[in-house]
Amino acid sequence: MSTAPATIDGPLLTADGVPLKASLEKSLRRSKLRALLLVAPPLLFLIFLFVIPIGNMLTRSVDDKLINNVLPQTFEAFEAWDKESEPSEAMFEALYNDLKSAEKTDIGKASVRMNYALPGWRSLVKRTARKIKKMEPPYKEAFVKADDRWLDNTYWLSLGIMKDKRTLGYYWNAIDRTYDFDKNVIHQPDERKVYNLLWWRTILVSILVTIACLILAYPVAYLLATLPMRISNLLMICVLMPFWTSLLVRIVAWMIMLQQNGVVNDTLVAAGIISDDNRLAMMYNFNGTIIVMTQILLPFMILPIYSVMKTIPPSLMKAAQNLGATPTLAFIRVYMPQTIPGIGAGCILVFIVAIGYYITPELVGGKDGRLIGNMVAYHMQRSLNWGLAAAMGTILLGVILLFYWVYDKIIGIDNMKMG
Amino acid sequence: MALPIYATPGQRVWHYCYMAFCIFVLFFLVAPLIAVIPLSFTSTPFLNFTPEMLALDPDAFSVRWYKALFGICSGVDDSASTMCHNKWMTGAGRSLYYALCSTILATFLGTLAALGLSNQHMPAKRAIMALMISPLIVPLIITAAGMAFFFAKVNLSNTDAGIILAYTILGMPFVVITVTSTLVGFDRSLMRAGANLGGTPAYNFFKIQMPLIAPGMISGALFAFITAFDEIVIILFIGGPQQHTLPRQMWSGIRQEISPTILAAATILVLFSVLLLTTLELLRRRSERIRGITPH
Repeated sequence: MSTAPATIDGPLLTADGVPLKASLEKSLRRSKLRALLLVAPPLLFLIFLFVIPIGNMLTRSVDDKLINNVLPQTFEAFEAWDKESEPSEAMFEALYNDLKSAEKTDIGKASVRMNYALPGWRSLVKRTARKIKKMEPPYKEAFVKADDRWLDNTYWLSLGIMKDKRTLGYYWNAIDRTYDFDKNVIHQPDERKVYNLLWWRTILVSILVTIACLILAYPVAYLLATLPMRISNLLMICVLMPFWTSLLVRIVAWMIMLQQNGVVNDTLVAAGIISDDNRLAMMYNFNGTIIVMTQILLPFMILPIYSVMKTIPPSLMKAAQNLGATPTLAFIRVYMPQTIPGIGAGCILVFIVAIGYYITPELVGGKDGRLIGNMVAYHMQRSLNWGLAAAMGTILLGVILLFYWVYDKIIGIDNMKMG
Repeated sequence: MALPIYATPGQRVWHYCYMAFCIFVLFFLVAPLIAVIPLSFTSTPFLNFTPEMLALDPDAFSVRWYKALFGICSGVDDSASTMCHNKWMTGAGRSLYYALCSTILATFLGTLAALGLSNQHMPAKRAIMALMISPLIVPLIITAAGMAFFFAKVNLSNTDAGIILAYTILGMPFVVITVTSTLVGFDRSLMRAGANLGGTPAYNFFKIQMPLIAPGMISGALFAFITAFDEIVIILFIGGPQQHTLPRQMWSGIRQEISPTILAAATILVLFSVLLLTTLELLRRRSERIRGITPH
């Protein structure tokens, strides 16, 4: 039977005798496979060079392996200790063995890590390691001779913080908390509290910038949406031009505008609004960060609101007024509720971008305009406390992904448009 | 937007206030960029308008900072104008090189992704789309930190290849977004018609689909290009002294010896962005025309 005509009661067949259902399934599978094959190279590229590196960095925030690898015997001896009596000879012997067999660079790195737990460790370990070669038993005496801080139990007790291979310590550090020697979470002493202030400032700056952008963007978006296409296209260039200009160029431009002898101050003095010796400080402080970030992020607010407003038929406002509403009432009750998706999209977008800002606050923020992004960079490049940088980065990323998820739920990623 | 003749005085006042506010906001957006242009022609080494400049005295203006920017040395000690070692020009060359290479890669990979994702049978479409766009959302500082550790491990830090790969990651989402949105209006029956007339899938793609999605590809490529050309955070983390790009030169200019040379560079970049913007607008119009969407 080469060709089977489809009968009414039999299954529907294609021209080559395969049931239609199977044939369709096959073609669907092929289509799926083709789509997957197309997506695979960019997806793998992204996973290898973006997802894995970031994931890898985030694991550093809980990683405490290094010190456990450098001082394995010491931690064993520490576990056997009753935490009250003087450190025993066995503990010193274990420490001696560990320090002797470890690589010099590893000891250096470990001592830096120990210094985060208790300041003073670094110099103590360094000074001792220098003399380790000449040491002879009994080790306790030799260690105390090298540095008499070895008799101080606090150093030994602080090992309790570091004995596990995984630690949440960096996360607690990132919100101004720390472990005591029994691994209870306590507040940092006041002089070491810095990060909570920065977190709050980052959130405050992001919220203020979002609000400022919304206030400035809404009327302009309305103007652009209601003007005839010819004029609004021209004005659109004003909105898009900063969007397309280099970030650093915009920052330089603002420096010219806002500095002590800048255009804004000169104009105000010339207009007699402020006196010459009362020039406003608008740069290298909190105000500078807010002003410059608002200008940089404003297009991110105008564009989504504009694209929503474009879709609202003007006849609705006319109908509302026809039914007796005043123009104000019609605007508030009829027009504004329809623009909420655009407002939501713009606000989330601006907030997400603002919260991770680094370059702008670094250049125009001065001391009191720095944000958490600057701290991440500082710990990455200067203090080299990578665990803390990773912990702060993870918290930041978590907040951003939460908003990203909300954005995807409400607006949909594929509705993101540019230009 | 025009005010009707029957508007009350209150409405008039409100309308003019509203217009003034809008003009203020638009001014706020572009004024700093425009202020840069005249100031880049200053003859003094300072970054503010001198009274002579405001009086339009020709002596207050000069092109000395442009000469410095383009590396034309002219000084008392050196009578002939010669090209001298100049970090601005080498930096611009580097930036151009990284931007071009990463744009080509990003356009290729991004278009592949967009084609796959716009297939209606694509599984886990939403999740993959969200992942593909995430490099735009994740703060650059986090991306840079992650790449810095990873690239050091695989011997890619301080290399040109590493930077090009990193910039490709940043540029890809733009291409995915723009090509996906041109594919929304794409009529799939054209491809079936092509297949019916005997075209192989590859032939059909290059002859039918690509010309139609080209505006999306080009505007995505422009976004990718400008992102790579302007990029500063990643280069600070994974670039060595050999990878001295234009933004890096500006960065050190802003932080260390701020001179009007940076304004000359800024002016050229502003003009460059106007050029890009015009290209993009023309592309958008062309795309709308060939897809038969008329602007309303």
